[in-house]
Amino acid sequence: MRNKTINYAKYGYLFSIPFVLAYLIFHLYPTLYTVVIGFTDLRGLGKTTFSFLEEPFQNYKLILNNPTFMRSLGNTFLIWTMNFIPQILLALLLTAWFTNRRFKVRGQGAFKVMIYMPNIITAATIAILFNSLSGYPKGPINDLLIRFGIIDVPAHFHMQKWTARGIVAFIQFWMWYGHSMIVLIAGVLGIDPTLFEAAEIDGASAPQIFFRITLPRLKTILLYVLVTSMIGGLQMFDIPRLFLWGGPDNATLTASVFIYNQAFSGSYLYNRASAASMIMFIIILIFSSVMFYALRDRYEEKMRKNERALRKAMRKEASV
Amino acid sequence: MRSLKTSTNITKTLIYTVCIILAILSIFPFWIMFMNATRSTFQIQQDSVSLFPSRYLKSNWNILSGKSFNPAIGFMNSMIISTGATLCAVYFSSLTAYALVAYTWKLRQGFFTFIMAVMMIPAQVTGIGFYQMMYRIGWVNTYWPLILPSIATPAMVFFMRQYLLASLSLDIVNSARIDGSGEFNTFNKIILPIMKPAMATQAIFTFVFSWNNLFIPLILLTRSDRYTMPIMVSLLRGDIYKTEYGSVYLGLSLTVLPLFVIYFLLSKYIIAGVALGALKE
Repeated sequence: MRNKTINYAKYGYLFSIPFVLAYLIFHLYPTLYTVVIGFTDLRGLGKTTFSFLEEPFQNYKLILNNPTFMRSLGNTFLIWTMNFIPQILLALLLTAWFTNRRFKVRGQGAFKVMIYMPNIITAATIAILFNSLSGYPKGPINDLLIRFGIIDVPAHFHMQKWTARGIVAFIQFWMWYGHSMIVLIAGVLGIDPTLFEAAEIDGASAPQIFFRITLPRLKTILLYVLVTSMIGGLQMFDIPRLFLWGGPDNATLTASVFIYNQAFSGSYLYNRASAASMIMFIIILIFSSVMFYALRDRYEEKMRKNERALRKAMRKEASV
Repeated sequence: MRSLKTSTNITKTLIYTVCIILAILSIFPFWIMFMNATRSTFQIQQDSVSLFPSRYLKSNWNILSGKSFNPAIGFMNSMIISTGATLCAVYFSSLTAYALVAYTWKLRQGFFTFIMAVMMIPAQVTGIGFYQMMYRIGWVNTYWPLILPSIATPAMVFFMRQYLLASLSLDIVNSARIDGSGEFNTFNKIILPIMKPAMATQAIFTFVFSWNNLFIPLILLTRSDRYTMPIMVSLLRGDIYKTEYGSVYLGLSLTVLPLFVIYFLLSKYIIAGVALGALKE
């Protein structure tokens, strides 16, 4: 019997081999390769040979001093914020409504299905669809606005910087608020229902229950939504690229579109694109470690709390 | 008491109104798209919003397929890549999760911490190195670089591990051992069927994610007979379709249609899966 348990350990290693190999080859190696390219002179279509630069951080210096790159980082942040604030507010409002026991909203399933739907449609398709919808001079959005008397002459949305940014942010918002809502509802359903019952018996109002009980208990899930949305938002590519190719006047140029343009168009500056990728990589790393530690801390805190409760109970028992 | 009831009713009316508006907001852009796919460019120029179809589907199709847009090829390529990637991800993630749950080995905890740490790192930021590597080994314009990396999908291993921890009893494994089943055989014949519900949920999301992915295919697939659906779609943004409104809407509709079918068939599982994914932490 003892022999057997010793033998089985090797299967743990054996069954992990495919994962580890694939990770080393397809994830770790390209990551290190990108790091290396960032310090070289690699550029030009179809080139694979390179030599290291005499001044190793030259690419980084050039990228950080490139106003277009800084602009693209700024745009990414702006568009993400313009999408996230309304997204999380609407998701929270819908969560409060759908989980409220007094309202008992019917047809929740159908509403969820409709609201989540845009999330699974190809982003490339949605970008081009919205490009067509907001067309000038004859596009559905212009036509509707004129029909309802909101504007008199068709507007050239694609030429207005803030409108273009607004539309990209709206698309992101529209595609993702349903996702955030479902995640938050799942979080609320995980809260101990006796808390709500007790609050109701005590005569708490719906807003009171939401702000005093639901929200504080959603902290970790909100952090999860925030961090995953930030990481996703930093990589925003399909929509800004296909909606207006990053225009007008680079107003919707995001960091990912910038990197793509550097590496795969014009003079194929793989080295500078790599340096820019690494800067993004570091930003993402910072965000995900915040998440990693927050979750770890929560577990530790929970364990400590349990321990304290246990000790208290034991002391009580001892005193009795 | 009555005032409380009235205020509840007012709020309920507000809730239903908002929800119906949001549902319309979700469907309306697609509705316009489907309708305009059947209307001529002239009709669209006269009035771009129509709630009813017209009779120009055939002529729009002729214009669309007469140019570079070939949805059949895009569909086939996307199908091969997404199916391959999904199978790899689901099978090997389950295997890795099983290794983490069923066996006690020295590096197990370290390995799991590693998986948690790299879970959030996206493939896109290392795209340049990935492209250079694939270019060097001649894998540009092949399906491999879009399928094989999903053998290592940390987030799915994490999810599968949580599922196994909750649903696997090691007694089953032990009794299989007594019956003389080899470890690998036990995994394939006994463990995989137990994991089916988790595998199904994860498979839907991996498939849709792979199907919709644009960045990595766009840099790797430059030959038009290898284009995936999203790359095919991006052609509709080109100059050759500038004035062919009806055909552009038709092309977009063709890419949305399969996803609509999948979504409305599986929406129950998809929504449940999103909720489950959130609770994994």
